[in-house]
Amino acid sequence: MLAVTSDFFGGIRATSRQRAGGFLALRAPRRKMRITIVNTDDDSLFAHLLQWRAAGKAAALATVVSTWGSSPRPEGSHLAVDDAGHFLGSVSGGCIEGAVIDAAAQVMASGRPQLLEFGVSDEQAWQVGLACGGRVQVFVEPVE
Amino acid sequence: MKRTTLARIAAAEQRRQPLMLVTRLGDGAQCLLDAAGCEGELPLSAEQLAEARGLLGSGRSSSLAGAAGLFARAYVPSPRLLIVGAVHIAQALAPMAAAAGFEVVVIDPRGAFASAERFPGVQLSDEWPDEALARLGLDDATALVALSHDPKLDDPALELALPSALFYIGALGSRRTHEKRLERLRAAGLGELTGRIHSPIGLDLGGRAPAEIAVSILAEVIQVRYRGDRVATGA
Repeated sequence: MLAVTSDFFGGIRATSRQRAGGFLALRAPRRKMRITIVNTDDDSLFAHLLQWRAAGKAAALATVVSTWGSSPRPEGSHLAVDDAGHFLGSVSGGCIEGAVIDAAAQVMASGRPQLLEFGVSDEQAWQVGLACGGRVQVFVEPVE
Repeated sequence: MKRTTLARIAAAEQRRQPLMLVTRLGDGAQCLLDAAGCEGELPLSAEQLAEARGLLGSGRSSSLAGAAGLFARAYVPSPRLLIVGAVHIAQALAPMAAAAGFEVVVIDPRGAFASAERFPGVQLSDEWPDEALARLGLDDATALVALSHDPKLDDPALELALPSALFYIGALGSRRTHEKRLERLRAAGLGELTGRIHSPIGLDLGGRAPAEIAVSILAEVIQVRYRGDRVATGA
């Protein structure tokens, strides 16, 4: 679903095996429950956030709150992250997810939300490759 | 985000009820807005409330124009396609619609048709269509296609579908089949609503194979979803 290399995981880096295993494990219960193929995005994300919190995991929710120019994901798109670096959903075509997951780790630690901005004029965005030339603002909040 | 807020959004999604979350980006204060009212630690002015309600009505997420730093996220039911008749075309249509983001339910009380072997990974209902539709609910994010060719299955589904909020209703069948169907629906007192039925079903792509017909049906459903009925019918 997301083409993010392990370099982007920074402080909460997970091995590719953990990520893949974690992701499959997260998807499986939903299929059992609803016995249906569904779109992979925001749909089941809140159910998963509830499960993470019920299991005692810290979690953060990222939301695209503004876009300028061409950006791959519309306003309102979500990415949910837990304290082991598992994530669901997307806030871009994959280019800024690593940086957002990094920020999510800080947000979980501090308990304070952050407003991130990525764009062509932003050095960090160049590094993480928002190649589409747009700008995007992402709000990252802790989930109580 | 508070735990109660998270739980309410998850529950609303499950029940296919629209809900809006307004967040103040400066400090993360939030309130939830639904048909009943606004709840949470973030107070909204009458103007902001009206704007948020407007966005919720159209299912759009956006910053509120009148106020800097307020973001409104609309949670609306995901699109759903109910397929009556677990027939050959349904076998092609169900996975295509799922790939296009639809929640898909195939309804057919004939167990030999609606089997997991024929529909791997697809939600199946072996209820009679009228029972299944009453249980599933016919909201305006849902489309229904009657493909069974059997009036015993298609007609009860259409009788419930016609007066409902469904955004799309389609029925498979030749012109002659459809004429007979219209006669039966008129006799059932639904004459004024029969114009809602897309028949011949699907955009005219020229294909005849089941998968090609499935593409034309899905294309028409998507077109009506985004552009409304007028474009699709050419009226």
